[in-house]
Amino acid sequence: MDGGGAGAGVGGSEGELTAQETALYDRQIRVWGVDAQKRLSKSHVLVCGMNGTTIEFCKNIVLAGVGSLSLMDDHVVTEDDLNANFLIPPDESIYGGRSRAEVCCESLVDFNPMVRVSVEKGDPSLIDGEFLDKFDIVVLSRASLKTKLFINENCRKRSKHIAFYTIDCKDSCGEIFVDLQKHSYVQKKPGGSTEQQELTYPSLQEAISVPWSNLPKKTSKLYFAMRVLEDYELSEGRSPGETTLSDIHAVLARRKDMCDKMSLNESRIPTTLVERLLAAGKKEHPPVCAILGGILGQEVIKSISCKGDPVKNFFYFDVADGKGVIEDIPPPPAN
Amino acid sequence: MAAATAAASSEEAVKAAKVLMVGAGGIGCELLKTLALSGFSDIHIIDLDTIEVSNLNRQFLFRQSHVGQSKAKVARDAVLKFRPNINITPYHANVKDSNFNVDFFKQFNVVLNGLDNLDARRHVNRLCLAAEVPLVESGTTGFLGQVTVHVKGKTECYECQPKPVPKSYPVCTITSTPSKFVHCIVWAKDLLFAKLFGDKNQGNDLNVHSKDDSSSKTDVFERSVDEDLEQYAQRIYDHVFGYNIEVALDNKETWKNRRKPNPIYIKDALPEDAVQQNGRSRDHMNEEQDPSAMVSLGLRNSQEIWSLAENSRVFLEALKLFFEKREKEIGSLIFDKDDQLAVEFVTAAANIRASSFGIPLHSLFEAKGVAGNIVHAVATTNAIIAGLIVIEAIKVLKGDYQDYRMTYCLEHPARKMLLMPVEPFEPSKSCYVCSETPVVLEVNTKTTKLREVIEKVIKSKLGMNLPLIMVGATLVFEDGEDLEEDEIANYALNLEKVLAELPAPVLNGTTLTVEDFHQELKCSINIKHRDEFDEEKEPDGMVLAGWSGPVDKQITSNGENRSVPSSSNTEDVDGTAEDISAKPGMKRKLNEILEAKENFDALENPSDVGSSSAQVVEDDDDDELVMFDEDPRQSKKKRLQ
Repeated sequence: MDGGGAGAGVGGSEGELTAQETALYDRQIRVWGVDAQKRLSKSHVLVCGMNGTTIEFCKNIVLAGVGSLSLMDDHVVTEDDLNANFLIPPDESIYGGRSRAEVCCESLVDFNPMVRVSVEKGDPSLIDGEFLDKFDIVVLSRASLKTKLFINENCRKRSKHIAFYTIDCKDSCGEIFVDLQKHSYVQKKPGGSTEQQELTYPSLQEAISVPWSNLPKKTSKLYFAMRVLEDYELSEGRSPGETTLSDIHAVLARRKDMCDKMSLNESRIPTTLVERLLAAGKKEHPPVCAILGGILGQEVIKSISCKGDPVKNFFYFDVADGKGVIEDIPPPPAN
Repeated sequence: MAAATAAASSEEAVKAAKVLMVGAGGIGCELLKTLALSGFSDIHIIDLDTIEVSNLNRQFLFRQSHVGQSKAKVARDAVLKFRPNINITPYHANVKDSNFNVDFFKQFNVVLNGLDNLDARRHVNRLCLAAEVPLVESGTTGFLGQVTVHVKGKTECYECQPKPVPKSYPVCTITSTPSKFVHCIVWAKDLLFAKLFGDKNQGNDLNVHSKDDSSSKTDVFERSVDEDLEQYAQRIYDHVFGYNIEVALDNKETWKNRRKPNPIYIKDALPEDAVQQNGRSRDHMNEEQDPSAMVSLGLRNSQEIWSLAENSRVFLEALKLFFEKREKEIGSLIFDKDDQLAVEFVTAAANIRASSFGIPLHSLFEAKGVAGNIVHAVATTNAIIAGLIVIEAIKVLKGDYQDYRMTYCLEHPARKMLLMPVEPFEPSKSCYVCSETPVVLEVNTKTTKLREVIEKVIKSKLGMNLPLIMVGATLVFEDGEDLEEDEIANYALNLEKVLAELPAPVLNGTTLTVEDFHQELKCSINIKHRDEFDEEKEPDGMVLAGWSGPVDKQITSNGENRSVPSSSNTEDVDGTAEDISAKPGMKRKLNEILEAKENFDALENPSDVGSSSAQVVEDDDDDELVMFDEDPRQSKKKRLQ
């Protein structure tokens, strides 16, 4: 289904921005320049999993003026979905019986008539490679580790460059993962000069396979805690967010196993943090959604425009300390 | 479970809270949405602005069809669509209006600022201090932003640290020795545009005499009744870009160590037939369209840099269009970045001047940014900052003051952080706003009138609106609505008296007590007499110690927003840089601050457009200060009288 938004006036005849675009995007062109704006208007973004965090992201890039945005989430809207979601009106006669993607799409098309917003039906865990070629950016949220790894590997297999992101909010905590494969960009130096840079990213599989003992002492405890939870959910066949405080003992046992195996002191993953993550379940704290969705929006704009230092390759936010931290998790050493 | 209890108490605190949001713009839209989603159910919101097209790229509660309507009201309606059961009370009004007094502020548990200018921020800060309501303050520019918390007695107030003032330039740089594009813009906008189209009674530093009659009082800018418009436009061109440069060249001393400018005359810039042809395609112009030199000359791309010839054509055409199509407005125009023809004229004039002085030319798009002090603004930063505001607001409501943080949103990570929390400062003991420290004013008490002290210091520097002034127990001045006629007469007399001759004489060592009842701010000024002041460096003829503001005579390249007494009304330089400078007695870790500072230095020295961001303002274009009317255009004109 096409959500509408005719994509009117994308690019002038010679690829120049139209007067309408220049007027609408005036303030942001002053931040990232005309070329970046043109690249944005030609980019295609896929978001799998509609929740309070991804809708923040969607809002940001629709406002920024991407070419198109496709939403994939067949789940029928329930009352739980209303909590952190400003795209779903709390009126059952509107959302009843419809998918999250459909209802969110309907609201998003109004945000910017120059962006084409549409729904892609289907199951993210079955996405095939060819389908991915339609997109420059793929964002996954609240997907199982299995699905994340599957789509990430598929993106990497395509000859086309497809940037891959995951974003998850667990109440007061959040995680973003970024895989830009090989990414060339223009870096702004202090003083105003610029320099061409290239970064090489590990895949998600590589990044989570690195032995913990190899990582620097100051690595965010959220990185480890999220791996424990993810590992537990994978082996128990749970969907993300289905693990709750009643699982605390089993999860703490998993923490011990993993720490023992990878020679990490268990205290690096505090019990209180594990408890908070379990208590969160599927709950999202709206301010954290705004922060994560804002950071991811900026990252995607940086990636499309090839301008500015992108996050490599994890970002964490925790209300408890208020820090928004980048972790550079390398691939495991080759041997 | 501890985690669960904490969550419950936050939820209750949020639900019971009554909050005031000031500003429904870039940060405000995001903030209102996040507050509503977070469970806040009694939100009051003040904003005097109406919606403009350039807001729509980030102020996501607004649509094209809302352009011209009240931001506060439209934002409320948009949020009620997804949270119909909460109370949002909008005020389409200026936060400085007297009905928003201390009692009004006292009804709130916390005040959240999403403002775009220093003046309103200072005002809200004072009211929050007086009403003892915690304030969460914020600002963004491009990818940078900050959130700070101000709670009386616990943290510093918004004014504890001096604020950076908008970049301004010495007069002679603007009139004679420009070296950057921004100098040419300031000249084109504040001198030339103002001279040609603005209030004729305003002082102006342009040379208006021609060589034929340098002794006479004739103003070359006067157009005689029968003068052909084309001829007039060319005469002005030759005078400002040709003759005046030649006059400047006569002053050999000036050019000893500088590159000499080239005078430019119309005959050199445009071949004669081109001069004749100029603007012929105007006939094709749609009568309903606003007049535009770009349209009548067939120039389409505002990103493109025009040649000297093109700039000259635009200059002549824009000047003529003003006289032909907008003659009624001449004499009362103020530069407005949303006025296409004005932007065209200023761009062309600045570029021609830049050609003279060997300064690189700029596109209309860039010139508009410099001339209008246009803020770099994106949705993402505003969303992040709004999230951080709500997190701090919840801490404030729960009284977790140990956990309050100032948070900086950075473009380049510092110590791996993109969002960097820092412990707040303690209140400054020398802050004249939140402590009772007197300020010191050096002034010649025998020659300076009370009026000058009120205008130049009490209103514009100390930021008071309706001051009352006491010398000892004698009331020498009071401003306000409910004064008796004899009082008004008496104060009017005092205004014109020099300090030493007031009913209670003000001499060396005297202390003035100044009070603003609306802001509930009281401040002592210790007077120090001084005979002489440096005309160039201290043109006010007085110096306020401890107050760090511009003291030179300057032309401030402000946007169109300013009208009333100059410097008090300056728009805020982005707050981001300010809090980061190291100072003694602080609690935060120095290395954090120093690292963070690099981020902001990058902001201060941007690579783009001849440093337009020297005057970056926060989110936005708009005018929080002076508009009282529904229609912004109307009020802009009103301010001229």
